[in-house]
Amino acid sequence: MREQRASLPGAVIAWVVAFLMFFPILWMLVTSFKTEAQAIANPPLIIFRPVLESFAAALSQSGYILFAENSIIVSLVSTALAIAIAFPAAYSMAFQPGRRTQDMLVWMLSTKMLPPVGVLVPIYIICRDTGLLDTRTALVIVDMLMNLPIVVWMLFSFFRDIPKDILEAAHMDGAGPRRQMIYLLLPLASPGIASAALLAIILSWNEAFWSINLTASHAGTLAAYIARYSAPEGLFWAKLSAASVLAVAPILIFGSLAQRRLVRGLTAGAVK
Amino acid sequence: MARLELHQVGKFYANFEAIEAVELTIEDREFVVFVGPSGCGKSTLLRMIAGLEEITSGDLVIDGVRANAIPPDKRGLAMVFQSYALYPHMTVAQNMGFALKMAGVAKAEIAEKVQAAARVLQLEAVLSRRPRMLSGGQRQRVAIGRAIVRNPKGFLFDEPLSNLDAALRVQMRTELVKLHQDLAATMIYVTHDQVEAMTMADRIVVLNKGHVEQVGTPLELYRRPANLFVAGFIGSPRMNFFQGRAARPANGGMALELAGGRTLQVPAAAGAVALGSPLTLGIRPEHLVLADAGPLGGQVDVIEHLGAETLLYVKDPIGGTIVVRTDDLARVRPGATVSIALRPDRVSLFDDAGKAISHATPD
Repeated sequence: MREQRASLPGAVIAWVVAFLMFFPILWMLVTSFKTEAQAIANPPLIIFRPVLESFAAALSQSGYILFAENSIIVSLVSTALAIAIAFPAAYSMAFQPGRRTQDMLVWMLSTKMLPPVGVLVPIYIICRDTGLLDTRTALVIVDMLMNLPIVVWMLFSFFRDIPKDILEAAHMDGAGPRRQMIYLLLPLASPGIASAALLAIILSWNEAFWSINLTASHAGTLAAYIARYSAPEGLFWAKLSAASVLAVAPILIFGSLAQRRLVRGLTAGAVK
Repeated sequence: MARLELHQVGKFYANFEAIEAVELTIEDREFVVFVGPSGCGKSTLLRMIAGLEEITSGDLVIDGVRANAIPPDKRGLAMVFQSYALYPHMTVAQNMGFALKMAGVAKAEIAEKVQAAARVLQLEAVLSRRPRMLSGGQRQRVAIGRAIVRNPKGFLFDEPLSNLDAALRVQMRTELVKLHQDLAATMIYVTHDQVEAMTMADRIVVLNKGHVEQVGTPLELYRRPANLFVAGFIGSPRMNFFQGRAARPANGGMALELAGGRTLQVPAAAGAVALGSPLTLGIRPEHLVLADAGPLGGQVDVIEHLGAETLLYVKDPIGGTIVVRTDDLARVRPGATVSIALRPDRVSLFDDAGKAISHATPD
């Protein structure tokens, strides 16, 4: 089939919208190479001599490595846990649905509609009383719970695309539920598992609310690291931008490498 | 070897009875076809035999052993699904060998058995391909191959040909019959297509709304249907039916008084049929003949020339259509008025409840 070519006005609109959406990131990137004075210049400077002093300051002053390490550990561990819990949950919902399965799916998603600040106080108190304040454990648990509904939904929709006949055929062939999971579901749903994991990692990486509220100097993630630059002593735009670039760069690179999988995962079930 | 006995086997869902008390024995090496309209429960019954659906009442006995609680893979039966249900990420060889792998059979032996089955099914050239690279017919063969490799006691087929085009369907039909002869295994085959049932079966089980209407050889069902449902379901075009009341004409014997005052002479029914009781007369299209003066008739609506035979669709003046199958390349044109006689020796009579009273047709 021949690919249809976009019309010129369509292409122009697409480029403008894309530029507008990308602009904040672009501006952040540009600002991160300015000095503090240049960063607050009005009108904004478009042409300037790029310097790396903000990066140097951000890296030297505030323990970037520790925060980055926390981000990596929290996002990976919380995602692994979420997948491990969601896989059997989605399996039973897709292949052995009960009368309330649909309700349960909707209810799970409804927890995502609750503003996090609504449960801040109880969760803070629970963390305080269990000694989990400012620990990675607390963030791992909270991020895992936060992403669980989405991961279950994604895996559920991937599983639902797998014809039931195939599992029944495997059953006739002597594969019980465990071997069906190993020999059929894991390979067949691996693109789905990969995209669910990618999305969970990205969401967890960028999660700021809980990171800022539940951690201090030990378990803070890169989101908390950025937040430090809007300190009482004032806003340092260039350093803030440099810190932000350092925080988003890993996930941006990771995301763009994994882009194809991610798009497939997000549109799963849309077309057969 | 597999002899299957179903004793009062039933299936209840929360609020309806999908299968009611089926009593059936399938002999070793028999080819039995379950046929019926969609939703009649034939697939459910097959899946109950397979073990994929729970049996809620009665007993399933395989080779003398009660099998209700035996898991599907331990029943010694292999199933071919309508959708083929091939494993999309595995090659043809892996698909066919999967059951053996699950059973812990050595790799060399698996390869050998897969090769043997592939030879029978002419799949040797595609063993390393994946299912999506195969044609519909090849996929069908892989599904059958997957069943053969297990060397099961019996084969269960769930509408296996319904996704194929007409020509391929006919070809696969003969291949399956041949396979049955070669493998000498018990086969149960589900279809809604009565032509498939007639051409393949040793015995046919006609199902309707969850119960068995009749069990018999294809010709038994065709010639001596137990009731109106079987009479109407088996045979294409379907049997002609005429409703009327039992009458006793002056010359003795028995007659059927049709609406509109016409009378059909019928062979005396066995047993007593009360005068005036409602009856349905059934006669196949090939047992109607164009005549100079017959008791039936009407205007020819449609003519279908099939080559070997011609079908006439005649508008009955009191309503309905009479189908006549003739090899007379009759100089009949659409719109012409014809007169039709029936062969009294081929008439079936059904009572008010639809049960057959008598068949003039010999066994």
